[in-house]
Amino acid sequence: MISVKHLTKYYGDFLAVDDLSFTIDEGHVYGFLGPNGAGKTTTMNIMSGCLSATSGCVEIGGFDIFTDAMQAKQLIGYLPEQPPLYMNETPEEYLRFVGEAKGLKKAELELQIRQVIEQVRIRDVCGQRISSLSKGYKQRVGIAQALLGNPKVIILDEPTVGLDPLQIIEIRDLIRQLGQEHTVIFSSHILSEVQAICDRILIIAHGKLIAFDKPDNLEKRLLADSGIVFTTDAPAAVVREILSSVQDITDAVIHEPDHGLVTAEVKTGSSDIYAVSRSLFFAFADKKQALLELELQKASLEDIFIELTDGSDPAAQADAAHPESEVEQA
Amino acid sequence: MTAVFKHELRSYFHSFTAYVFGAFLLAIVGFGAMLYNLQAAVSNFEYVLSFGSIVFVVIVPILTMRVIAEERRQKTDQLLYSLPITTTQVVLGKFAALLAVFLIPLAVISVYPLIFAQFGDVYLPTSYGSLVAVFLMGAALLAIGVFISSLTDNQGLAAGITIAAILFNYYSVSLSEYVSSTAIGTVIALAVLIFALGAVIRYLTRNELLAYGVCLVLTAVICVITFVDSASLEGLLPGIMQQLSLFDRLNTFVSGVFDLAAVVYYLSVTAFFLFLSIQSLEKRRYS
Repeated sequence: MISVKHLTKYYGDFLAVDDLSFTIDEGHVYGFLGPNGAGKTTTMNIMSGCLSATSGCVEIGGFDIFTDAMQAKQLIGYLPEQPPLYMNETPEEYLRFVGEAKGLKKAELELQIRQVIEQVRIRDVCGQRISSLSKGYKQRVGIAQALLGNPKVIILDEPTVGLDPLQIIEIRDLIRQLGQEHTVIFSSHILSEVQAICDRILIIAHGKLIAFDKPDNLEKRLLADSGIVFTTDAPAAVVREILSSVQDITDAVIHEPDHGLVTAEVKTGSSDIYAVSRSLFFAFADKKQALLELELQKASLEDIFIELTDGSDPAAQADAAHPESEVEQA
Repeated sequence: MTAVFKHELRSYFHSFTAYVFGAFLLAIVGFGAMLYNLQAAVSNFEYVLSFGSIVFVVIVPILTMRVIAEERRQKTDQLLYSLPITTTQVVLGKFAALLAVFLIPLAVISVYPLIFAQFGDVYLPTSYGSLVAVFLMGAALLAIGVFISSLTDNQGLAAGITIAAILFNYYSVSLSEYVSSTAIGTVIALAVLIFALGAVIRYLTRNELLAYGVCLVLTAVICVITFVDSASLEGLLPGIMQQLSLFDRLNTFVSGVFDLAAVVYYLSVTAFFLFLSIQSLEKRRYS
């Protein structure tokens, strides 16, 4: 449906998008994930025809966004980061303008306006000026605008930023629902959000695509690095001895707090963490030692994200860690 | 294009700008008609139009200041870029809406000569010829306003610059008497103009080579002319200022001549500034 080839964008001397290539198939929800300043918005702006690329090309349904702009744009509904709303108009007037500009005629126009109003649930506020609407409603009017003309691809740039937790949940549900009929691409820097609603995740940092996979696969990628944490009342020396007998353990850190219990963090190189956990359990059982607590530490998307974007920029890490607080509220 | 046209037109009537614009224009023309046609009992309606033309200094910015600047401030330009319409259609749609708003008070005004004709001898061809000229001149001024609005996202700044530009144009003939008519004065003024042109080219195209190239070539041409035939440069600057005046050409119509050259000039200025507006919008995509 969309193919992006060797896309590069410079702002003056600043490289915002660096030789980005990917292909997007029809009928999934794609999450565009990356720290702030990674090039998400720039890429989306180029994909929707709002911005030119320095080099490379974007094709929407076979039409080049630069040379066959009109046909390509017919296939896209775009909601920029800040919803492009005319504040002095009512949602209905606004949607009528967008619909007409998308080439919808009389009866079809009225029908579609009614449909999108129902779809994003803004019927109650249709007669009010957009300037008086809450941020959540403004965002929905923005999404409604993107839906007009029934485009195959819907691109949403950070659609949940600045909304309250309830609104975030509603918008997410809406995106999930849209994914059934359209190809939806949305960007976010909130990992759990992307994890929850996307079929595929694109992680981008410093203008480069660093991962493009299903959420499960991305998690699997780091499962090999995951660890086991356990607590036991066996003495540290015994613990060390038992651990040395268990296969597939690459690293172990043993803590000896005052209250007599020993806590250990074990890293494993095996891809089957449950097998390691099992042999660990029996190793302790054979020595008649009790495991009081046993916990698997599976890598979350956060870890993948930090690992993938790490090393080159500490700001990326900070950005990755920061959204968690937002997520918890949600 | 019709979508943009209808949308703009609706917003002008929603936000009172159309009414303020019409009221100003009708007020000054009405005032002029009272002074000339009623009190002084002159039957030439074209004098009123000539008298009233100063009002464009105020009413053009009222109409054009927000036309593109506001789109940029509200970030709705992003919507326009992502819709399946070209920037040419956007600019032409907006300009057509401006013309429509302008035509409404003009339609009212066009009845005046007919009313006066009921009470005396009015030479209608001159009246209507001048009215057409006023429309064309207004269109050119509106196009200039649209272009200035496309350069900034600050309405106030757009209005200020538009007022200054139109005011300068209005007084350029009077000012031309005070500027130097010597060859050296002309050269200096032309150098400044070339520099300004280079700056505009550089701003619009971001192509430094092109900007410097154009400046260099034009400077070379001026230098050659200065050394070969400096006499031809004498009086050139005041001449150019007179030629550039949109308001001065209106007087030709008022004196009873339907000047086709002036019509072409008005149309070219309109087309030129609309073209620049499209380039200015298009340029934002290449930033």
